[in-house]
This record gives sequence, C-alpha cells and structure tokens, in this order.
Amino acid sequence: MITTRIDTRFAALRSEGRAALVTFVTAGDPDFDTSLEIVKALPAAGADVIELGMPFSDPMAEGPPVQASSQRALAAGQTMVRTLDLVRRFREGDPDTPIVLMGYYNPIFSYGNDRFIADARDAGADGLIVVDLPPEADDELCLPAREGGLNFIRLATPTTDDNRLPTVLANASGFIYYVSILGITGTASPDTGAVQTAVQRIKRRTTLPVAVGFGVKTEDQARAIAADADGVVVGSALVNAVRDSLEDGRATARTVGSVTDLVRTLARGVGEARAGVTA
Amino acid sequence: MTVAPNTLRSGPDDRGFFGQFGGRFVAETLMPLILELDTAYREARADPAFGAELETLNSTYGGRPSPLYFAERLTAELGGARVYFKRDELNHTGSHKINNCLGQILLAQRMGKTRIIAETGAGQHGVATATVAARFGLPCVVYMGETDVERQKPNVFRMHLLGAEVRPVSAGNGTLKDAMNEALRDWVANVETTYYLIGTAAGPHPYPELVRDFQSVIGREAREQMLAAEGRLPDTLVACIGGGSNAIGLFHPFLDDTDVAIIGVEAGGHGLETENGHAASMSGGRPGVLHGNRTYLLQDDDGQILEGHSISAGLDYPGVGPEHAWLKETGRVSYVPATDAEALEAFQFLTRVEGIIPALEPAHALAHVMKIAPKMDREQIILMNLCGRGDKDVFAVAEHLGLGLGS
Repeated sequence: MITTRIDTRFAALRSEGRAALVTFVTAGDPDFDTSLEIVKALPAAGADVIELGMPFSDPMAEGPPVQASSQRALAAGQTMVRTLDLVRRFREGDPDTPIVLMGYYNPIFSYGNDRFIADARDAGADGLIVVDLPPEADDELCLPAREGGLNFIRLATPTTDDNRLPTVLANASGFIYYVSILGITGTASPDTGAVQTAVQRIKRRTTLPVAVGFGVKTEDQARAIAADADGVVVGSALVNAVRDSLEDGRATARTVGSVTDLVRTLARGVGEARAGVTA
Repeated sequence: MTVAPNTLRSGPDDRGFFGQFGGRFVAETLMPLILELDTAYREARADPAFGAELETLNSTYGGRPSPLYFAERLTAELGGARVYFKRDELNHTGSHKINNCLGQILLAQRMGKTRIIAETGAGQHGVATATVAARFGLPCVVYMGETDVERQKPNVFRMHLLGAEVRPVSAGNGTLKDAMNEALRDWVANVETTYYLIGTAAGPHPYPELVRDFQSVIGREAREQMLAAEGRLPDTLVACIGGGSNAIGLFHPFLDDTDVAIIGVEAGGHGLETENGHAASMSGGRPGVLHGNRTYLLQDDDGQILEGHSISAGLDYPGVGPEHAWLKETGRVSYVPATDAEALEAFQFLTRVEGIIPALEPAHALAHVMKIAPKMDREQIILMNLCGRGDKDVFAVAEHLGLGLGS
C-alpha cells in the first residue's frame, strides 16, 4: 500500500504531539463556488484533514444538519462529476492537505466503481468513507480502492465489540473513524469518558490513527477528545454555520467566514488539548 | 436444510444475495444487530415451537387460511380465463401485512426486544404493526411520511387507537422512502432495545428472506386450495408490487412450477414515459443500493433516488425487494406496469361486479388481469392476490373521481 497524504499528515501530527482536526463540509453546499471557497479556506483556519461530503438524497446515518446540507447542495446542482471537480480545483492550490470523500454507496455505484476510483485519485482525493459499505462488502469497493491508491477509512461504533473489531480493522487504512454515539450525526453529545475507553480499546488492536466524530460541536468537546484521540471530526456544527449564514437560501458575504471562524476555535481546542494535559 | 437442484427457491446465499441483488449494505452501528437478527431467525425457524405458535396466531388471530374465491361475475364480464382471488384482504387488519407482523413480533419477543419501530406508506403495515404491538404489549413507534399521513387519515387514527405513536416525516417528499430512512435512524440510535419491524421483503439481509418466509403462507395455501378446487395449478399468477411482499408471498411456492406464468404489476403512475411520474422501479429503473440492499431503483443519472409517484401510497416506493429484482433478471417473473387511471377503473369495476372493494394496491394487479383475461382461453385459470381491502382508500378515490367526501 502506498503512502497517502492522510498517512503523511497523521505521522507529522504525531511527531508534533497533537491531534488532527478533521473538518466535514458537503461538496456544493450552499453552491459550487462558495463551497470551493470554503474548502480552500479550511487549511489556513486550522483544518488538518478535509472530509468532503458527496451529497446523497437519502443519507441514512445523518441527522437533520447534514441532511439539510446535502439537500442544499443537490438543489444547487451538485453531482459526482462536480464534486470531483471541486477536489481537483482545491488540489491545484494545496498539494498537502488530505481529502477524504465521504458518502453513501449508490452515487458511487451509479458513477461506476472503477471509474470513480480512478477519477477520485486523479482529482487528488486520498481516502473514502462509505457509510453503507460494511467490511462484509469489502470486495465491492474497499479492496479495489486500496489497489487504486485510496485509503478506505472504516467506521467503528459502540456496537463494534471485541469480537467484531478485527473484522472492521482487517482492510482498514488511513485512519479509524470512531463513531462516538449510538445514533446519527449532529445529535447527542458523546460521553468523553466512554470515548476515551473506546479509543484505547481500538488502539490496542491497530497502529492506525483513531479519529472521533458524531456529536462534537464545541471547542471544549474538541479539546477533551483530542487529549486521547488522534483526530477530532466536526461536521454538523460546520454545516449549521453554513446554514445560519444564508439569506433566502443563498450564500452571503458571511458564509465562508462563519465556517472558518468556527474552525479556528475548534483548532484552538484541539491544539491545546495535550498542552493542557501536560501543563 | 436440503436444497433441491435446479430450484429457484433456495435463495438467498449466506451473505444475503439473490444473484447480484440483496446483501447487507448498512452502517457499522447496525451490522452487529443484523447479524444477531440473522442468527435469531435461523434458530427460530429451526424451532418447531416457534412455527407452531405462529400457526396458531395466524389461524386464531389473523384469520388464516384466507379463502380462495372464484370470481364468477368478473370472469363472465371479462369473457376469458377463470379468475380466482386469494382473499388476503379478509385477514385481520385488512391486508396481508399481518402475516409478516405476527412472525416478526414473535421473533422480536424471542430476541428480548422491548420496543417496536416500523415504517409505513399506505398505513397498512403501520396498522398491522401497531396491532401486534398492542397484542404483545410492546410500545410502538411508526414513521410515516407527512404526505401519507395526510392521504391516509383513517389508518393514522387506527394506529393512534391501537396505542402506537405515529411520527410524521417531513424529509424529502414525505413518503415511504423517507419514513424508512427515519426508521433506520431511530434504529441506529436505539439498537439495544429496539426491533425494527420492516414491512416489505426488502432491506438488509435477512429481512427480504424472513418477510418472504412469513408471507409465503399465502402461496402455500393458495396452491393447496387451487388443487382442491380445480385439481390443477393456475396458468397465471398476478400480484401487485410495491416493495413486493404480498407478491413474493404468493409467487415463492410456485417458482419451480414451470408451467405457471407469473406476473408482477408495478405502479405505472401517470405512465412510464412521465419522468418521475411512476413507481415502477423494475420497468423504469436500474440497479443500485438503498436501504440496505442492491435492487432496482428509481434514480437519476447521478444516482440520487427519485421519489416516484403512484395513486397508491402503498406502492410509491422507489425500490423493490431484491428477490424480485433477481426474478426479473432470470426471466422467471414478468413485471409490467399499470397506471393510476387503470387502477382506479379496476377499483370501481370490482366493487360493482363482485361487491368487493379492493385496496388501490391490488387494484393495479386487477387492472392487468382485466387486460389479459379476455385474451385467454376460458379453460385457463388466473390466480390473483387480493392482498388488501379498500376501506382506507374510499376518501382518496372520491377525491380522484371529483366526488370529495369532505373529510
């Protein structure tokens, strides 16, 4: 397996002694141009990894914020072709920040798995998260994606017990995404004590970095989780920032700034997490 | 289990596939639960006590066996093949849905689950689920698209009476697929206590298989009843297809009877030529992955799921059970559309000619029977699944006929 930008970035952060801030936004939300501006502004605001949502009409694991974000993007004409174009245009100006494409299987299957892997790689994407492809379906996309040079990031959840964990870890690469709650994105807040235990349980079984997401909204939560985890994923709070900046459903002069302002505070929380622990 | 060679009845494989269709395409949170359900179902199926309890409930509570009825006047009017109905509309709660709900509630109980959730379109499955939840004393939440809540008010009220909580879903177009998304979200958040009682032969494995097994009582009875009545099997089976549970229940026991032609009738809505104006996923869709399985789906060029349309709230689902997708590909079953207008006409025709008000769902099947029966020989036999009664639809039909009843 080749080394991706994801591997490189997590290795660099590990040597710096801090966790990664993984920021989720939906490609094309609220429109293509604004979305591209947001994504371009994320690294300078403190995002270490960009998770870019591929909008889908039926995002089963998402709460209302990401559902609405997906709907806005689709209403503005976002398609898989345009999502890959967005990645390409971002990559022209940023050779280093990893991009993880996150979504559901049907738009990929519809695009064609082999064509998708090749085009995503060419556009400059580094990894995939496909919510509805469990390890039992690895022959569908996970194994071909790894062949094609893309990390396949696996989700582990509170229901992934010790018996099942090896199955989940078997073909995982890039990092492990620990889903901190039983539920959908952007709803309940995680119990940081339980998350800490779960992260340690996973880390005993893998050398891959473990990032934690679902329900992380604030700087304080980010700080608490980043003390142990190798990464903190924030999504719903960011797409809500997009939503709150809109007027009549359209982007305003505030849109990009309201996302990057929030990313800056979250990055501060992540950055201070271990300094706070050791100080 | 011994599997006969050259049978179409041995699927799915142990990963839940019928050919390329089916499977388990779910989020990791649900995967351990799906595997647990699979184990629990295998154990239940092998346990004679489970089968005996279900049979008792089916007969004493559900009203099985449902009669096989020779529709004499309809046959005379159509002037061709002899038309028989399998009268699952006479079941408790008014449709075939109770067959599946009784089976699954026993399974839920066996698994120690204490809360039931379900999705519903027309409300028939919601009513059947609320009914068995009441019967077994379990709390029940039914997700229903808000468009459907509006057009199926009598069923919403029945669910309330039965003690279920109906949660309207406003996402998307507020129809069945959106209700299913919301039920899946609930399940993910409440996996430890909650049993998801899926209403059709779709979703992640083992749902398509277990729903089919519980519904196959329709076909097993019909096969015996037909042999007793006519001394032979029918020439043609006809059933309507939304997700396809009543149809697979009728078809499955006949799949290896190669002389029996089998036809599934999809919701043709305003016509297949109308973009997003129908719910005929096999006649007008292509394979994709949604709600845990690979099957035929209504979708746009980008793989976004379309809402579909049908006059019948029970048929406007953009997918179909994976076994049907496979039966289409193998050619064993033909799938054809019937339009809203044809179903409305069939609804009125049957009511007048036989004194049976059918649900709008089987009215689609009847519309096709009305097309083919006159062209068939008088010695030939059509067996149609009359899977639901139309009491729930009279207000909606009145609206469509411009005779609003002011409800």
